[in-house]
Amino acid sequence: MEETLKIVVLVKHVPDAQFDRHLNGVDNTADRDESILSELDEYALEAALQLAEARGGSKAGNQVIALSMGPAGAVNAVKKSLQMGATEGVHLTDDALAGSDAAATSLALAAAVRHLGDVDLVLTGMASTDGETSLVPAQLAERLGLPQVTFASTLEVDGGRLTARRDADTSSETVEAPLPAVVSVTDQINEPRYPNFKGIIAAKRKSITTLSLADIGVDPAQVGFAGSWTTVTSAEQRPPRTAGTIITDEGDAGIKLVDFLAAQKLL
Amino acid sequence: MAQVLVFIDNPGASLKKSSLELLTLARSLGETTVALNGDLSDGVAATFAEYGVGSILRPSAQDLDDFLVAPKAAYLAAAAESAGAGVVLLDNSPEGKEIAARLGIRLNAGVITDVVAVEADGTARKSVLAGSYTTACRATTPVSVLTLKANNVTPEPAPAPTSPGTASVQVPAAAAAARITAREQKAASGRPDLTDARIVVAGGRGMDGDFGPVEELADALGAAVGASRAATDAGWISHDAQVGQTGKTVSPQLYISAGISGAIQQKAGMQTSQVIVAINKDAESPVFEIADFGIIGDVFDVLPQAAAEIKKRKG
Repeated sequence: MEETLKIVVLVKHVPDAQFDRHLNGVDNTADRDESILSELDEYALEAALQLAEARGGSKAGNQVIALSMGPAGAVNAVKKSLQMGATEGVHLTDDALAGSDAAATSLALAAAVRHLGDVDLVLTGMASTDGETSLVPAQLAERLGLPQVTFASTLEVDGGRLTARRDADTSSETVEAPLPAVVSVTDQINEPRYPNFKGIIAAKRKSITTLSLADIGVDPAQVGFAGSWTTVTSAEQRPPRTAGTIITDEGDAGIKLVDFLAAQKLL
Repeated sequence: MAQVLVFIDNPGASLKKSSLELLTLARSLGETTVALNGDLSDGVAATFAEYGVGSILRPSAQDLDDFLVAPKAAYLAAAAESAGAGVVLLDNSPEGKEIAARLGIRLNAGVITDVVAVEADGTARKSVLAGSYTTACRATTPVSVLTLKANNVTPEPAPAPTSPGTASVQVPAAAAAARITAREQKAASGRPDLTDARIVVAGGRGMDGDFGPVEELADALGAAVGASRAATDAGWISHDAQVGQTGKTVSPQLYISAGISGAIQQKAGMQTSQVIVAINKDAESPVFEIADFGIIGDVFDVLPQAAAEIKKRKG
């Protein structure tokens, strides 16, 4: 196959969902101390690696660039990506990015992707596991003027076009788009690899490029709290749920369950 | 008075409940214009009038459904400008959020998803971090784009019906878009949609490959069927049914959890349910910490007994 691909994979570090997650009380942003590579981004990285490997990998000139935006901790997501097999890592970091909403994030990411030159594919996970908005891939696509294919459960690339399958609740679709394109993949698309020892050693030799807003030509006023188009004015923690009545089945728990539903007027 | 644009996509013969919720919210915020895509049936036109819609916009292009997202966003941007809209409302489906996302960039408008309420001053309330926080947010831009979660507004017709006129909106060329080349309808289950359902019965690892008792109880209650990731990964039930961090987030009036331990991943998808019932053999299951009513017992005894009792009481 003569075509080589340059693929950017957006990777995020997110608060580990194994722990309780919190918004800090100062500016209502998520605390990310216990952060990890977003599990959902691993599927995007795996998809990129498979596309590159099918074309002869990095030796044949295919590139898989892991791009993460965020404070110092975000570099962990890039490191993990390099261990899995990404060829390059890019860490976009700048104090002025703090508090960016989806619009500001997509603006910075679009500038970073343009900075990386002619990219064939931008891959993302299906949603970040923390912000839950899933706005960023679509906004990035709009800013770059590219087609977007979200929730791809299969992805093939041939002759400058991609074909993907999307599964929705009531139908499945086959879609086609010209490259370049922005694609988000689901957790059904593949089984992400674990970094092996060789990968971990190889990652130590790979470089991580650090970019600032100045490097990508973005005015700090366009991002962060100042450049965001939405603002969070208050945040309230939901009172924790408390356990109610717990019974042990003595042969009539199904009836007691229906009694409970009737008492709650849920029948 | 503020102009509010509501996107209604392919309503078919009658409007869905979530569309009625959008129209009801829109009326509380200002004057409603509908941006329709697809056919306008007599029944839908009558409902628009009943819900106080001022006017109906329709796209010049007929092929918006052949593409993903981008052309619909381009259409809505043109419609919002034509209506002078300060607020654009869409449903909170995955497609609704993506259209909202692209629309926001086109209109330089802040986008807020997962909205559960909007105050008169435009402040939107939404739940974040899997329902563990409720935040109040605002768009700081002249136009705001909001996607409304289902089941948070009670549909109410207008005090006086309107007689909306229709106008066509020229759809500008969108950025390159992905084309849908084939579409296969899945067999309809006859059950309510999981994300909108009033009641959800969900099964997990404890169902041990047999979802029959979950489905039977769901049908007795008129409920949707959900599942934990363990159950969908095992192939016992379709992935569409997955509730949790990597699946769907639901907040029904009643969530019945059967044979699910209730790890954080699963809790993230259902902990804003109004009432939670849990059935599990293992008394130590974390799901019991958040259940309003918990039964330590065998799902294969409890579910069929409950289903039979409900059928008996409903006669």
